[in-house]
Amino acid sequence: MARRAQPLSPALALGWGAAALLLALTLGTILAVAWRAEAAARLGAADWAAIRFTAWQALLSAAISVALAIPAARALARRRFRGRGVLITLLGAPFILPVIVAVLGLLAVFGRAGLVSGLIAPLGLGPLSIYGLQGVVLANVFFNLPLATRLILQGWHAIPAEHFRLAAQLGMGPAEIARHLERPMLRAVVPGAFAAIFLICITSFAVALTLGGGPRATTVELAIYQAFRFDFDLGRAALLALVQFGLCAIAAAAALIVAVPVAFGAGLDRTVQRWDAGGRAYRWGDAALLTLVAGFLLLPLAMVAAGGLAALPGLPASVFEAALRSLAVALASTALTLGLGIALASAIVRLRDRPRRAGFLEAVGYLSIAASPMVIGTGLFILLFPVADPVALALPVTALVNAAMSLPFALRALIPAIRDVSETYGRLSESLGIGGWTRFRLVTLPRIRRPLGFAAGLSAALSMGDLGVIALFADPDQATLPLQLYRLMAAYRMEDATGAALLLLCLSLALFWIFDRGGRVGTDT
Amino acid sequence: MKPISILAAGCSLALAGAAAAQDTPTLTVYTYDSFVTEWGPGPQVEAAFEETCGCDLEFVAAGDGAALLARVRLEGARSDADVVLGLDTNLMAAAAETGLFAPHGLDAPAFDLPVTWDDPTFLPYDWGYFAFVYDETRIGDAPGSFRELIADEDLKVVIQDPRSSTPGLGLLLWVKHAYGDEAGTIWEALAPRILTVTKGWSEAYGMFLEGEADMALSYTTSPAYHLIAEEDPTKAAALFEEGHYMQVEVAGKLAGTDQPELADAFLTFMTSDRFQSVIPTTNWMYPAVTPDSGLPKGFETLATPDKALLFPPEEAAAIRDAALNEWRDALSR
Repeated sequence: MARRAQPLSPALALGWGAAALLLALTLGTILAVAWRAEAAARLGAADWAAIRFTAWQALLSAAISVALAIPAARALARRRFRGRGVLITLLGAPFILPVIVAVLGLLAVFGRAGLVSGLIAPLGLGPLSIYGLQGVVLANVFFNLPLATRLILQGWHAIPAEHFRLAAQLGMGPAEIARHLERPMLRAVVPGAFAAIFLICITSFAVALTLGGGPRATTVELAIYQAFRFDFDLGRAALLALVQFGLCAIAAAAALIVAVPVAFGAGLDRTVQRWDAGGRAYRWGDAALLTLVAGFLLLPLAMVAAGGLAALPGLPASVFEAALRSLAVALASTALTLGLGIALASAIVRLRDRPRRAGFLEAVGYLSIAASPMVIGTGLFILLFPVADPVALALPVTALVNAAMSLPFALRALIPAIRDVSETYGRLSESLGIGGWTRFRLVTLPRIRRPLGFAAGLSAALSMGDLGVIALFADPDQATLPLQLYRLMAAYRMEDATGAALLLLCLSLALFWIFDRGGRVGTDT
Repeated sequence: MKPISILAAGCSLALAGAAAAQDTPTLTVYTYDSFVTEWGPGPQVEAAFEETCGCDLEFVAAGDGAALLARVRLEGARSDADVVLGLDTNLMAAAAETGLFAPHGLDAPAFDLPVTWDDPTFLPYDWGYFAFVYDETRIGDAPGSFRELIADEDLKVVIQDPRSSTPGLGLLLWVKHAYGDEAGTIWEALAPRILTVTKGWSEAYGMFLEGEADMALSYTTSPAYHLIAEEDPTKAAALFEEGHYMQVEVAGKLAGTDQPELADAFLTFMTSDRFQSVIPTTNWMYPAVTPDSGLPKGFETLATPDKALLFPPEEAAAIRDAALNEWRDALSR
């Protein structure tokens, strides 16, 4: 079949436009930083040590997160129990917490003066010392296990209910179902989840430093931070940011090679009922596993909540003003994420005959996950400063950068969903002459509601909890809630800070719950 | 009145308003974030200065002292800043080297600093001693020196990373000043006492308050916050016989300022009673010039070191990188 030049459709144009914006935000900001550099950059031995440590801790963290997430997602996928929805929402909480809050929560459980150390003290053991690589990995698993679980759980949800019914009619047990349905699904989903978490762990720095116990735990992001504020060596900062992209590109390429796409075809979008795994051993096994995972993730949160409760009523008014500001930023950022996400995902799906272009667009969509917040912020500052007052633009810029930062997660949820709709209903729609906006509204939108709700919830919650670039631009009177939290701590007001942390936790969870729930209304899960 | 004249009247009112706004000059002061919050000195300083200056004082915040300097360097000569407030002696050499700052040219008052001050560019506004802060109800006998800290195997301290934190850099230079060529050995011996190294002061101090660590690197003035604001007398700073490294916080006028007179007026105001009396209970540091009313009640209970340690700015800048490598090597073993 001869390929003909096609006019650029509006949908494709939107997709390319979104990609251009993201390229400017990620690679463009690195160029801006490099352009301002005064000397040629060079990486020293310490930088190479940082690169090695970064890759190693990210690899370990991703492996452990995914290894735990598979059984957890399976248990969640095949069990129905009261509070399941709430549990799934709550499990997402660590991911959206500001690092400093999560670390203090973790320490309240696993620290020297924490719950566990208190429990084992009468046995003559302890206190527990988590500082070191184990602490870094523990924290990264705490942050990312929920995300891994959600991503893999979506894989389970993508298997149509009819398949499980057929499997049951054929008398398949858990082992056969695993072989015929679940393993192919995992083969398709797990590499992506692994890569996503690896990438997130690459850019972490406060966690790695605080729980890593010292300069051994220096990550690339810390080296970038040092290049900026300690050495003011912009060239080295830009070079390190490129190295960070390189690490991420390798991980993403590896994930693409390992992943085998899977097509289950269309189902009637009904709730899955599982006839297998009904035995008592399976039930108790799943229950025990879910209890452990929930305990690991929720105890530190409960400690944060318990610590903040007393301070909540007496919080200064400025904290609530900051909360309102953060809500506005989060909603704007969510709208941007969905707009960018749908534009990119639709373009990627439409370009299925041009795999290279589609691959390029998808890669651009994921770029921001590997971006250094410090470099984006500084690069934007350099770009904006000659033409506008960066301080006046602090909130819009924060919303935009937050949107870019949560876009990879939105894409992970949206691309497969839109592709499924297109493959399943595309020919029918075309034969009926439904296209463009009508097709998106009538055919696509109802079928991507669940991933759309998840993407919106995650984006809103991430934006709410992320300190982001506001710290670099901040107007004294325009603090967001995370910035206000840091300001309380810097002013010795640790009690108020725990109250603000609880407020932040509740607002983030509420946002996530509302959007995620909105996407699932009427779908019975 | 016809609609058109209403419009005209509205326009002339708006123009008059704009003209009034133009008549009030704006003095832009860049500072670090915690200075401008409602708990910091910013709001009181702004109100007091605007009473007399006939101007609009505008604070712009940028992270901490080091981030502040990076911001000024990024903006270069085009910066809107008239005054930069919040650098310290460890950043002064790098700041002076940019050529962006102008000599203050003022008659400096007599500073109440443990060191003499004759810098032509930067004027100090507050200062403090770095120290390890502990809780008297948790530790009976606090160590009296780095060597005693090393010897006390039950103690765990949290410190900040010198690459990302101002107090962290202060500790690095403290050990270097006290031990010189032996600093590396001291760090190696200290390593088992160091629970962890945090990104900034807040994390470390938070871990100390939560009971995770016995001591955190902070200032001798930190217990004053707990005593005065929380009526909690249990926090104290451990006095080390080696002496204590100082932090002197300074401000300077930018060479490219479009409000040189206002900038001078602000720097003069900065060392006056009105500004200085705000410092102790907002920045929780010692004022550079003790106000006539003296220090707030409670400050007399603070531990005062016998010996103040401070590298001159050029020396601090010169030895910084080598000291950092020493620190990193010793703690990475």
